[in-house]
Amino acid sequence: MHPDPKSGLHLCGLNLRLDGQLLAALDAKVAQGEVLTVMGASGSGKSSLLAALAGFLAPPFTIEGRIVLAGRDVTYLPPQARRMGLMFQQPLLFPHMSVGENLLFALPAGGSSGERRRKIEQALADADLEGFAARDPQTLSGGQQSRVALVRVLLAEPLALLLDEPFAALDTALRSAMRDLVFAAARKAGLPVVLVTHDRADAEAAVGQILQLDAAAPYSEASAGSA
Amino acid sequence: MSRPWLRPAALATALVLVVPVAAGLIGTALPALGYLPSAGAASASLDPVKALLDAPGLGRSILLSLGTGLAATLVSLLLVMLLLAGWLDSAAFRWLRRLLAPLLSVPHAAAALGLALVIAPSGFLVRLVAPLSPALSRPPDWLILQDPFGLTLTLGLVLKEVPFLLLMALAALHQIDLRPRLQLAESFGYGRIAAFGHTVAPLLYRQLRLPVLAVLAFSTSVVDMALVLGPSLPATLAVRVVGWMGDPDLAIRMKGAAGALLQLSVSAAALLVWFAGERALRLVWRSQAIRGHRLARDRIASRTGLGVLLGLVVLAVLGLSVLTLWSLATAWRYPDLLPSSLTLRHWLQSGPDLTGLIATTLAIGLAVSLTAAALVTALLQERVQGQGGGGAGLDTWLLDGLAFVPLLVPQVAFLFGLQVLFLQAGLDGSLFGVALSHFVFVLPYILLSLRGPWGALDPRYRQVALSLGASEQRVFWRIRLPLMLPAILTAVALGLAISVSQYLPTLLIGGGRVTTVTTEAVALASGGSRPLIAVHALAQILLPFAGFALAAALSRLLLPRLFPRRSS
Repeated sequence: MHPDPKSGLHLCGLNLRLDGQLLAALDAKVAQGEVLTVMGASGSGKSSLLAALAGFLAPPFTIEGRIVLAGRDVTYLPPQARRMGLMFQQPLLFPHMSVGENLLFALPAGGSSGERRRKIEQALADADLEGFAARDPQTLSGGQQSRVALVRVLLAEPLALLLDEPFAALDTALRSAMRDLVFAAARKAGLPVVLVTHDRADAEAAVGQILQLDAAAPYSEASAGSA
Repeated sequence: MSRPWLRPAALATALVLVVPVAAGLIGTALPALGYLPSAGAASASLDPVKALLDAPGLGRSILLSLGTGLAATLVSLLLVMLLLAGWLDSAAFRWLRRLLAPLLSVPHAAAALGLALVIAPSGFLVRLVAPLSPALSRPPDWLILQDPFGLTLTLGLVLKEVPFLLLMALAALHQIDLRPRLQLAESFGYGRIAAFGHTVAPLLYRQLRLPVLAVLAFSTSVVDMALVLGPSLPATLAVRVVGWMGDPDLAIRMKGAAGALLQLSVSAAALLVWFAGERALRLVWRSQAIRGHRLARDRIASRTGLGVLLGLVVLAVLGLSVLTLWSLATAWRYPDLLPSSLTLRHWLQSGPDLTGLIATTLAIGLAVSLTAAALVTALLQERVQGQGGGGAGLDTWLLDGLAFVPLLVPQVAFLFGLQVLFLQAGLDGSLFGVALSHFVFVLPYILLSLRGPWGALDPRYRQVALSLGASEQRVFWRIRLPLMLPAILTAVALGLAISVSQYLPTLLIGGGRVTTVTTEAVALASGGSRPLIAVHALAQILLPFAGFALAAALSRLLLPRLFPRRSS
């Protein structure tokens, strides 16, 4: 099955259940460069929804419906075959590796080591992180770590981005800058984005469909337009 | 996502934890009932049991085992709880913790030998006060060592069990959000100990229960420490049983098998007494909690606890120093406080023998702990990858209870049977046989020491790595294993320490043909020269220390990024 990135991400009749109880139901199409924002209080199942998309859903959660990414049905694919890039609230750079090793780990195999090195150095330079390859991740500021995490996820050549409160740990000034950076990168790479957040400002900046998860009324439809 | 029951490492671990114990118990029960075909006894008879019941002073031996075991466990638990209740977050606490931690890796036999040299009538403490009284110009005629009530034995056990319980308690406290609880209770006016006792202790004890029961089972059946510190006429039950087991007369050996079963019942009885105590205490605790007594004046209690613990630390430090001095002393006559001059003679003279003993000890210890660490790593990795493979399986069971099986059954009770089985398999007296018997005791500790760090690693590292397209294997080798390496190396060092400290398995399975520094040190304890005892006890202490130091150094060398320097 050859991926067709142009067809974006389709969530077809997706039902997320906890012990059989319906937590969330959604039916949505996310085109390339578009953002689907999922909002809800903690415990509403929004992080589990993201885990389901990435392929990490564990019992007692179950899922029905289909997840179609770039024309491929990935519903039953293992996480490493889905090509969904994950970003969390923490940058989660591997602490035993340098910045460069973190990026090389993400870069798909192939090419000489010289080529691979040039690729990651170019990617770092594009993110205003020139010369950071040899650095220890722990010596970077929070904002720099987040940017490295973004570079890392893009180098793995994903077909979609899944963001789990990715800006919540940053302070206000950094937050909006990082938000712009991520959304711009997704548009440039043509990636559909699913963003889980409880921050209204995130949703407003995303300018896309918003899905409000509510434990009381799980049958929420993705609505077009910003709040 | 295999089904839990079919995961190979989990199955192998379960077999290692249960089969030797079960087979050993059966192998002990049969000769106890008169059935030992290799000795021509093939019909059931109650003669071994009768012979056992006729042993003089049997009742007293049983009471000694029960009393010392229960007292040592209770005092150790109480001291740990008092320390945590009264002194958590204090400077004194940090100091004590740092001093007690190395004590954990000191083998029981070495701790007993050090303690003996300090508190014996001709020991360091008496020498310290000897100038004060002319009556002490010669060693007093006191039964301090091997006192008939087992008080010294209890002291020795407390010295070793407090560090163990403290370590287990600190690990458990990570999962209890204790500071807000304490602050809330203290803001109601409760004293520090009462606040801890009512809001933290019940939760902590629930997590600490299995380690406490393991301490109890061990203390009621300890052999090496009881040989050095315990009473002799009569000795504790386990010591007498081991004596019978080693007798050339087969009838006496069968009496020993019956004694081993009796030991099993005695340790079980101690557990029952403990359970009853737990129930009674829970009732008292609850009725106290709802009365609202603040017990705000608790300084005497917490200071007493701290004082006793400081005393224990002083004893340990003295023990180590006196061992070192004895190993270097040309002559150290009573009542001299220090040796007249120092020499390396004892070390050099024992050199060739000692090298052989250390080689054997290390070969067994390293082989056993590396294998066990590999097995536990496989087990925990199966668990990580099997998430979503369906509810509670064998691995959860293993981690929660099965790991304690070899620690809850007295060693004497099943090692005799294991010895009989190994004899038939031709494994007795071989390095491999001894290593197998050590494996049973090393595996639980490695499991207990690795499961915390394994669970503490943020699972999202794996999720991120998988989403970047890496396979499970690659995530394991490139992410999980390097990040866990410090914990694994520490676990291997702990395994080595446990293996080094094994006395009974080496004695019974090795049958005198495989000897380690530990069996040699205990053998020397009765009648050997003090410098030689000291040399062997120190060798026993230095091996685990070297192991932990090497583990720490290797971690820093291989993974410098995980240990950032303070300045940067």
